[in-house]
Amino acid sequence: MSFEIHIEPGRSEKNYWKDLWRYRELFYILSWRDLKVRYKQTVMGVAWSVIRPLLTVAIFTIVFSVIGKFEAPFGINYSLVVFAGLLPWQFFASGLTEASNSLIGNERLISKVYFPRMIIPAASVITSLVDFLISFVLMLLLMAFYRTVPAWQIVFLPFFILVAFMASFGAGLWLTALNVKYRDFKHVVPFIVQLGFYASPVPYMTNLVPEKYRLLYHLNPMVGVIDGFRWCLFGDKMTPDWNGVLLSIGVTVFLVILGIRTFRRMEKSFADLI
Amino acid sequence: MSETVIKVENLGKKYIIGHQGKGSYKTFREQVVDGVKGFFSKTGGLISGKQMVDGDEVEEFWALQGLNFEIGQGERVGIIGRNGAGKSTLLKVLSRITEPSTGKISIKGRVASLLEVGTGFHPELTGRENIYLNGAIMGMSRAEIKRKFDEIVDFSGVEKFLDTPVKRYSSGMYVRLAFSVAAHLEPEILVVDEVLAVGDAEFQKKCLGKMKDVSSNEGRTVLFVSHNLMALSSLCSKGIYLKNGQLQLQGGIEEVLSTYTKEGAHSSQNEWKGEAGDEHVKVYSARAFSNEAEFGFFTHKDIIVEIEGELLKPVYGLILGFTLWSQFDYQLAYTLFDDADPDPEIRTQAPGAFKKRFVIPANTLASGSYRVQFDIGIHNQKRIINNECDLEFSVENIAGIGRKYLTEMKGSKSLFRPGWSAEKFNP
Repeated sequence: MSFEIHIEPGRSEKNYWKDLWRYRELFYILSWRDLKVRYKQTVMGVAWSVIRPLLTVAIFTIVFSVIGKFEAPFGINYSLVVFAGLLPWQFFASGLTEASNSLIGNERLISKVYFPRMIIPAASVITSLVDFLISFVLMLLLMAFYRTVPAWQIVFLPFFILVAFMASFGAGLWLTALNVKYRDFKHVVPFIVQLGFYASPVPYMTNLVPEKYRLLYHLNPMVGVIDGFRWCLFGDKMTPDWNGVLLSIGVTVFLVILGIRTFRRMEKSFADLI
Repeated sequence: MSETVIKVENLGKKYIIGHQGKGSYKTFREQVVDGVKGFFSKTGGLISGKQMVDGDEVEEFWALQGLNFEIGQGERVGIIGRNGAGKSTLLKVLSRITEPSTGKISIKGRVASLLEVGTGFHPELTGRENIYLNGAIMGMSRAEIKRKFDEIVDFSGVEKFLDTPVKRYSSGMYVRLAFSVAAHLEPEILVVDEVLAVGDAEFQKKCLGKMKDVSSNEGRTVLFVSHNLMALSSLCSKGIYLKNGQLQLQGGIEEVLSTYTKEGAHSSQNEWKGEAGDEHVKVYSARAFSNEAEFGFFTHKDIIVEIEGELLKPVYGLILGFTLWSQFDYQLAYTLFDDADPDPEIRTQAPGAFKKRFVIPANTLASGSYRVQFDIGIHNQKRIINNECDLEFSVENIAGIGRKYLTEMKGSKSLFRPGWSAEKFNP
């Protein structure tokens, strides 16, 4: 027989990544389940993933532009600038929130069946990605409405989406693993998300942040991503601080490594602790 | 012997459990101090990554210890043991859900474990969607599920409700659907926990049959945990008996089952010794047993109820008998020692020691637990013994009649089979 497993304490699975590949359909099916379930028994259905960001942008526009008199630079519509920041932020925030609660939410699965556990948080980030893609279509429509042509840099957009994905996945992995053991993190995550929102250039632009705090500011991986997004959509008028972007990417890589290591170390005891 | 597919060496699994302190009451100040201490020690634990355990005292608990066994290809192995003996833990370790603390396991082949019916079923999704979801979770590929989809639906018999969310299903339909997916898994090794406890008898039988077929026709190995000895003896060829996390016995299923039930008989109160009664009658001992040679109660063996005592003076109108109760407290029989006496006259019993026996014939009681309540008294005057020397025993059906129909699941209390005769009609 070709397939042989050895189980021993502390033995890390040699073919873990192979296993992950073998279970690839589970990624798909769990994400599909989450999407499917999300809008069950709602009248508006999937329309919600369009309505929510649209409403948020409307609120921001009213609060910051109409009342707060923020101005978008270079003749770009303020709503568009906010939307370009909001999209990746919401992707990151919902991915992180869902991922960090994913293991606890799937307690029954974890204590009854074996599969590489990493699939669960990954699937919840994928679910958020699908939502993101739907609202991205809305972004393009909105740009057409304001007669703004996307810059050629849009070809780099997938890269920044990937960075946002990895940041969300890495941090989510770390938090969800800890969440299994210490439910304290359940209360910490909403706080991180809220804080992160203010520490990200969503309703404003990075150049509003005083020069001396920029380095610190870029430690937030989403700063690089959002700046990158705006650059991709609006072109050189919004060239980001490349060093800052690099720093953000570095932090993302760190988060992914930290997340995977913590997760792999704790994975075997999930069923006992959850 | 066939090729070994599962080899377990010195397997152990340790859990850490916490106890609350010895219940002495604390002053408010002590509680505050303990709370603060607890906060710091827990935060310390959080940083160093220790497990959080509630309670003041922490204890190690070995759910499994020093297990060694081998299972060959195509064997159907029943795992028995009392609650907490480590059966489920063993299955969890074998199916890689949790990691062992000591020892080594080598497994050849893909393992699918069925520790729960409908793992991952989502109430909001329809039956059709849940088949795909559950199948994927159990390790089937989408192509495989597609191929077997019709077969699964057929087996479950819920085709009418395929597009209804399963939260609207009756519990029976839910179980049927879940089982049908599981029954169509094709791993080399199938691990099944106490899942047959749910669902109706007919469907259970269908599932057992399916598991047996799959194993004998295609050489699959099956590990099966159940408290239902009847299902075990009909499905399995080998048995493993776990006791307090340790391997008590491994061998042929009949041998393992009879050892298990024998020990079970000791723990239920099928013997009573002491002294009870009044100035008329004294009772010294009572017991229920199956056969002089062996302990344990089986549906296909006579069960003997015996009581010993002494009549201290002549008694006019002695009542001496017992009531047989089922485990659900149904009165099954009430019988007196002189029921068989054709003379309707009430008589006086002479004093002296006595030993009365009553035989419950083989193939009368269905498997289950029973209680014998002795009733001794004087007709129309007084009751002397009411429940002072009750006996309890449980009967297992391992080789008797009535196994084909899994009678106990239908809730019957007896195996009573009218004398069937058959006539053949030519078409």
